[in-house]
Amino acid sequence: MLSRRAGLSRAALLAPALAIILAVGVLPLGITLVYSVLTPGTYGGVSWAFSLDAYVQFLFERDIFDDTLQFNGAYLSIFARSIGLAFGATLGALILGFPTAWFIATRPREQRNLWLFLITLPFWTNLLIRTYAMLLIIRDEGIVNLSLMQVGLISEPLSILYTDTAVFIGLIYAYLPFMVLPLYASLEKIDMRLLEAGYDLYAGRWKVLRHVIVPLARPGIVAGCVLVFIPGLGAYITPELLGGGKKLMIGNMIAMQFGSSRNWPFGSAAALILMALVVLVLLAHARAAGREGRAHG
Amino acid sequence: MAEISAAARDRTPMAGTRSPARRRMRDLRAMPGFSAVAWACIVALYLPIVVLVVFSFNDNRSVVRWTEFSWRWYEAAFANEAIRGAAWTSLKIAAVATLGATVAATMAALATTRGPRFRGRALALGIVNQPLVIPEIVTAIATLSLFSLIKRLTGVNGIGYLMLAHTAFCIPFAFMPVRARLEDMTLTLEQAAADLYATPWRTFRLVTLPLLAPGILAGAMLAFVVSLDDVIITLMIAGPGETTLPIYILGAIRRGITPEINAVSTILVGVSVLLVLLLFWVQRQMRK
Repeated sequence: MLSRRAGLSRAALLAPALAIILAVGVLPLGITLVYSVLTPGTYGGVSWAFSLDAYVQFLFERDIFDDTLQFNGAYLSIFARSIGLAFGATLGALILGFPTAWFIATRPREQRNLWLFLITLPFWTNLLIRTYAMLLIIRDEGIVNLSLMQVGLISEPLSILYTDTAVFIGLIYAYLPFMVLPLYASLEKIDMRLLEAGYDLYAGRWKVLRHVIVPLARPGIVAGCVLVFIPGLGAYITPELLGGGKKLMIGNMIAMQFGSSRNWPFGSAAALILMALVVLVLLAHARAAGREGRAHG
Repeated sequence: MAEISAAARDRTPMAGTRSPARRRMRDLRAMPGFSAVAWACIVALYLPIVVLVVFSFNDNRSVVRWTEFSWRWYEAAFANEAIRGAAWTSLKIAAVATLGATVAATMAALATTRGPRFRGRALALGIVNQPLVIPEIVTAIATLSLFSLIKRLTGVNGIGYLMLAHTAFCIPFAFMPVRARLEDMTLTLEQAAADLYATPWRTFRLVTLPLLAPGILAGAMLAFVVSLDDVIITLMIAGPGETTLPIYILGAIRRGITPEINAVSTILVGVSVLLVLLLFWVQRQMRK
């Protein structure tokens, strides 16, 4: 009797949070799935007729005269671009984030929290504003170009803005904290006597780094990469502002289908494919983490 | 929140001064060039924001060349009807979302950390954290699809939709600190209260809730910051006249860069930074 009452009160406590997220987080995904197999409405929205066109449209274009299907790589290339940019940004964030996390992990204990705080603080400020701030400094008239010209390194401004480079820089800038935090969590746990052992066995710094530190930091490296890659893949604001809306990524393409392009079924299908990619990455990570746990446990 | 658990381990202060052996260890740990990269990263993280803030005080239309200190862009921003309206909309949504998300998250945290493990606990945790896993653009268009369907069926419009959507994605952020606090709290005091014939409700009100308060406060602040900063979901589902401050800023950037945007952005960054500083302070107090 008592346990039944406990169960009931637990259900009542859980109810509001679960109800809100099921209604506004999970149910909409079901609607998106349904919308992705409907026909686009004339003025946006959908018309309730079954069609797989949204998925066919990814690879093929329907000829308006004879209704034949022709291969069209435009959307595929947007996906490839997004994956490439997200992957590049992940690699860039790792190359910058690893030394940063190591630096923090080797500070005296009482300083580490301050460093971590400095890394986390930008994450809690508005991403749109941070991206706008990045736009301000990498513009042709921005502070980066002005100071480079002042020193005489370049005679004309580097045109970075509205290129892939700008999106790449913006993604690293946006998600670097996501890389540093899990890396730090792994690096901080490393028993520094292992380094000493490595040096005693005549390993140089590079060898110790490669054969001692990096293998021990693997869970952090993988977690950091997942945490940067996933939001990078679905990025909207960064390519919108820094890519000038011309250099599209998946996120912008999806948003466009619900705005000016008015093809809700296609947008829904693209969103589901993006989600499938994210779930795949997460599953791979969970499996890798599980293996790691078993190997060390 | 890796830094919280890391910080928890650091609770014990280092005893005494560093021994010579320890100093030698630090030399061993140094890697060539790593410090330079770390410093460069910190500078690169802050430089754009510093430039943005500095030029919001520039007495000139230019966001590049400094002439003189002035408040004129802040005066212009405060005089701007659209900005005032957007700020008010943002605050209304953030207030409702914070209240709703914090209450729901606190209840859910109590259910998942107190009492024996139950079947479906992992599923419940998965659902609570769902908004963190799904890419924001997917949530945005999915929510738009649902809301436009409801709007067509019922004819009901209004800001309530935005408030509900914000509440949903704020729940996991409010949940994290409350759950962390609950896991750190021992059951001793609650058991003592129960031994003294306090009813469960009295125990909760007089013992659990006061102990939990810093966690709830931290959760509420995170929820507020996250709601205030949201762009993508709001952009997709906001109806006419429901412009929030970030949406206003995005529109203004698309129309052309002015120092007025810098001023509004500086205010928004300032609010977030203040709240996060307060949050870290609360968490430090919690540990003492």
